Amino acid sequence: MMVEPITRDNAGRTAMPHVAGRPSGAHVAVRGLSHVYRRSDGPVLSDIGFTAEPGEIVALLGRSGCGKSTLLHMVSGLSMPTAGEVVINGNAVRGPSPRWVMMFQAPSLYPWMTVAQNAALGLRFARRMHEARARIPEVLDLVDLGGFADRNAQELSGGQQQRVALARSLAPKPEVLLLDEPFSALDAFTRRNLQQDVRKIARGLGLTLLIVTHDVGEAVRMADRVLVLDAHPGRVASDTRITLTDADRNGGNDAFQREHTRLMQTYSDIAQVPGGNLT
Amino acid sequence: MSAVADIPQGRAAPGLGRARGLVNAVLGIGLLLGLWWIGGEMIARNDDLFAFASFAPGPTLSRLAELVASGAVIDMSVPSLYRVGMGLALAAAIGVPVGILIGRVAILREITNVPFQFLRMISPLSWMPIAVMAYDTWDGAIIFLIFVAAVWPILFATAAGLRRIDPAWLKVARNLGANPFHMLFVVILPAISVDILTGIRLALGVAWVVLVPAEYLGVTSGLGYAINDARDTLDYASLGATVVIIGVIGFFLDFALMMAIKKFNWVRSDA
Ligand SMILES: Nc1ncnc2c1ncn2[C@@H]1O[C@H](COP(=O)(O)OP(=O)(O)O)[C@@H](O)[C@H]1O
Ligand SMILES: [Mg+2]
Repeated sequence: MMVEPITRDNAGRTAMPHVAGRPSGAHVAVRGLSHVYRRSDGPVLSDIGFTAEPGEIVALLGRSGCGKSTLLHMVSGLSMPTAGEVVINGNAVRGPSPRWVMMFQAPSLYPWMTVAQNAALGLRFARRMHEARARIPEVLDLVDLGGFADRNAQELSGGQQQRVALARSLAPKPEVLLLDEPFSALDAFTRRNLQQDVRKIARGLGLTLLIVTHDVGEAVRMADRVLVLDAHPGRVASDTRITLTDADRNGGNDAFQREHTRLMQTYSDIAQVPGGNLT
Repeated sequence: MSAVADIPQGRAAPGLGRARGLVNAVLGIGLLLGLWWIGGEMIARNDDLFAFASFAPGPTLSRLAELVASGAVIDMSVPSLYRVGMGLALAAAIGVPVGILIGRVAILREITNVPFQFLRMISPLSWMPIAVMAYDTWDGAIIFLIFVAAVWPILFATAAGLRRIDPAWLKVARNLGANPFHMLFVVILPAISVDILTGIRLALGVAWVVLVPAEYLGVTSGLGYAINDARDTLDYASLGATVVIIGVIGFFLDFALMMAIKKFNWVRSDA
């Protein structure tokens, strides 16, 4: 087994100088990852390779059906690739772990539990419930649901439920957060708020974030780096940096517009979609 | 729609509002007693049937009062409740795990489908001769018959509940590092608790019905025995009183399970 040469300390400090303090995020390396569901369909993913530095926010942008969810499931260890490997901080991923947590499109909270109980699930499974008393109020505050601990999960709006899902993912202090189009079921306003907040939270904690999306705007607003995926089979076709300040990302000003247009151009060339009409 | 809404239903009986359910329940009980009384009168006036006149509400209820006062009600109910309780407990102990297995594993479901549906349709009482041969004690045979009656509703309700579980709940748990033990006790069982209780409620209904004929077997205690004994001694007032006791206990057991279902039900109708 090859050991990842980049250690968390020097990679985190040199590659991401704008992260305050030592990043809690891990280095993620995806190597030669291919996947075949049915042999007759051919490979869904073909020889995907990329790395994410500790604390980096990377968007994986691609059309629906290009294999984004498949890829993220493999990074999270929920399923195993046909070939290749995922290495997090030098260790090959062999299964799910509270150190790398995935967030899905649907919050899927347990309706028989309170908000706090839902948020504490990761700690419970990791036999770390002793941390919950201090940690759960902390993460609920972080996602702006400070007063909601004892509410029933079903009483919350869609956006609030997704915030609980975020708190649930953050409670075990993961090093990598994997987001599979987690805001696409929300209305535009709620979505913007969550995009901003998730970036801010990930930044604050120094988390490594992989975001899967088909939305160019989301990629520009949230990511430090965007990998555009080709379809049939899925592979990394372009790797670009987004160098906007946080103010530019949220404002939708000229600088934002330029990045958006540039990425849209790349995306439509690769994904073969008519440019300009996508959000 | 608006025409219906305009009819001032609520105003017809002001102040009834919340008490309406109770008032109607009392009305229903009164109706039943009325019919019983009419039936008793008809039997008493019939030359062929007048020997059975103590089935009427008067003799029956006064005998019931005696049975309650002397504690005989407890003596005849406890053995029956023990048998039903044991039978149901065994049925749940087998039905819930097997239901979870066939709900989770498609192959098991397919293999067991025909045999289970076949066995389910056999009246539990058909097993009576086999039960009597297989068990040393009458109690054992009766508990077995109740188990046979009760296991199917529990098993099928559990399996159906499992198939309604949102697969995303399982994925979320796996993603957060749940082991199979967590999966079962933190996700699956709470998710299907209402289905299991509903199955137990159905099972209780069947078990309580099967209990009385099962207690016609050699035992010398229990409600079924009391019925048989009263018939043999032509004590029709006691027979009637025992019937009332069976109905009342059955009603309250069912009511208790209904309340448990309400308590465990996490589905919010307003959500
Ligand atoms: N469990 C599966 N079995 C077979 N094919 C699948 C499965 N999951 C996804 N696919 C196929 O793989 C391709 C990529 O799916 P997915 O990873 O969900 O794409 P995306 O998330 O980018 O929309 C699609 O063509 C889909 O039909
Ligand atoms: Mg997807």
